Amino acid sequence: MTSQARDPAELGPRPEAEVPAESCDYQPENPVEQFLRTDRMPHIWCPGCGIGTTVNSFARALLEAKLDLDRVAVVSGIGCTGRVAGYVRLDSFHTTHGRAIPFATGLKLANPNLTVVVYSGDGDLFAIGGNHIIHAARRNLDLKVICVNNFVYGMTGGQLAPTTPVGALTTTTPYGCYEPAFNLPALMDAAGAVYVARWTSFHVRQLTRAMVDIFRKKGFCFIEVLTPCPSLFQRKNRMGEGLDAMKYYKEKSKVRHGAPTSEVGLTIDGDIIVGKFVDRERPEFLDLLRSQLAAQLGDRYVEVEHLVCS
Amino acid sequence: MPHADPRGVLTGVHFMDGDHAACEGALAAGARFAAGYPITPSTEIVERFAARIPTVGGVFIQMEDELAASIAIAGAVWAGAKAFTVTSGPGFSLMMEHIGFAVMTETPCVFMNVQRGGPSTGLPTLPAQADMMQARWGSHGDYEIIALSPNSPQECFDLAVRAFNLAEEFRVPVMLMMDEVVGHMTEKVVIPPAEQIEIYPRRHTRLPPGQYKPYAPGPDLVPEMAHAGEGYRFHVTGLTHDERGYPSMNAAAQDRLVKRLKAKITRAADRLACYEEEGTEDADVVVISYGITSRVAQRAVEMARARGVRVGRLRLITVWPFPTRQIRALARRVKALVVPELNLGQIVLEVERAAAGQAETISVPHAGGSVHAPEQILDAIMEVAK
Repeated sequence: MTSQARDPAELGPRPEAEVPAESCDYQPENPVEQFLRTDRMPHIWCPGCGIGTTVNSFARALLEAKLDLDRVAVVSGIGCTGRVAGYVRLDSFHTTHGRAIPFATGLKLANPNLTVVVYSGDGDLFAIGGNHIIHAARRNLDLKVICVNNFVYGMTGGQLAPTTPVGALTTTTPYGCYEPAFNLPALMDAAGAVYVARWTSFHVRQLTRAMVDIFRKKGFCFIEVLTPCPSLFQRKNRMGEGLDAMKYYKEKSKVRHGAPTSEVGLTIDGDIIVGKFVDRERPEFLDLLRSQLAAQLGDRYVEVEHLVCS
Repeated sequence: MPHADPRGVLTGVHFMDGDHAACEGALAAGARFAAGYPITPSTEIVERFAARIPTVGGVFIQMEDELAASIAIAGAVWAGAKAFTVTSGPGFSLMMEHIGFAVMTETPCVFMNVQRGGPSTGLPTLPAQADMMQARWGSHGDYEIIALSPNSPQECFDLAVRAFNLAEEFRVPVMLMMDEVVGHMTEKVVIPPAEQIEIYPRRHTRLPPGQYKPYAPGPDLVPEMAHAGEGYRFHVTGLTHDERGYPSMNAAAQDRLVKRLKAKITRAADRLACYEEEGTEDADVVVISYGITSRVAQRAVEMARARGVRVGRLRLITVWPFPTRQIRALARRVKALVVPELNLGQIVLEVERAAAGQAETISVPHAGGSVHAPEQILDAIMEVAK
């Protein structure tokens, strides 16, 4: 089992000369294939769905960051994005609805050597799991949170989410959504995240770059990725197919790095402010725990890196 | 079996309450991670763990609620730790989903429930034994767990160790079903030297990555584990899954998985049965009880004997799986079974099912808030012994 990500250069397109003209054995290889459980394909995501695009960025970011893949764990909750854990060829945990963050908390605290990525949807992380994510951000536990926001509950058939813009139609707001939506970057900023960014599935390179950033940063990091849900949200709101969503994201997105997060709230037809909004330093949870206990207990404090039982 | 790590074992003779003794049992058993949320009357367990664990080597975290605490322990287990959480009534209700998750994903872990009066907020500071059916049936779906019921601080220690050992052996969540009185009573607790405490080790696979299948069961129907970070790159899901751990959502996969999860416990029911029996050989009446109620029942049995009634007693230590075969055999020999408990009739239904009409089954219910008066149990014995 290889424990090092392969050099990206090694995985680029094969030079023509390498392909024997007569050989039928040559299979073009996608550089992200090694990150996927190909024996589980085809996946469940709909045509035009943006989740797979974010997984592509994720795989490329893993390559670029040269992480030891044996030490990367992905934790998901429930929902369409919750299925990411099942498709990545890594230690992966598909937990219960809303509870990816507290599962990841236990995983990280028991083995801080792991890079723990929480990959889940807006409903999972901010409705049923909302309490957990604000507390994890408050603690500044070293978790990398990728929140795929498609504005709707996809797996259950297109219901209202805490991110659904006012005016949007969902199956449980058949006359239009009247609830104000969360501004996720503002919420994460206020709760204490050290890195907050937003991109869309149109911005694949920027998204990859942001993922590399958070792999290299210590503390609670948060990326919101806006993605289309053509089967439910797009269709219900007459927003076209996946490709139309890409055009829409291209047209409406304004890159504003460092924008105050209070100004990046989304509306149904307004501009989409994207970029890296927060990148700061705060003491990380485990460092705080260790320094407090060491200061108070001195030699009596037994620091254990990995809580592995016999 | 290997022995306890001496760092976690507070060897000696102590004057200690049941909550603290349960915490010491967890430490002796090798638990190095606990996640909790404060709730009376269980909080002393995590308070002690928070104070003790930094000098033993491990982590305590107070989570934002019981949902979080009950799945944080699962995360810690998959990273390699032995882990537990602690709660009481309302918190136990919130933890139900993750008892099911631990069953489905075969995550060895321990849930300690210091029972108080319910429903809802009920009687936070007063005892009950009204979560006994919830421990067995509270999460959705068909499953089996193991539940142990201590009746003294000493047993809180002893059964906490056993709870962790059974969790590891069967890869199942194990419930330590205490109650407010046992949790808060202070008595002598003897903690033996580490070399006298046997520890069931994690059933870690010896297969290399590539050959390892996370949910391929062994001969005893229990699969072997791997931990995150070891290169196995395995998948764990609460969805119905196949031997590879991959979601497999169809009737055949469901039948295979759910039946195995149940059978790995029920097949071992005789070995898991654990009870204390006294004076049942020639008894006409046997009082069946568990937890704190067993101590009141003992007094009632003594009073009945003084009145000339041939009465024995049986105390359940393992409550789940219920020792059906053993109780059925007892029912064939006696006239009546008297079942006092701090609820309005829960385990008595299991006794009745096991007795299957062979002996009369009498419930001595109590809504909780105190223990029974011995006379309440005595009256039931005298009535049936007529």
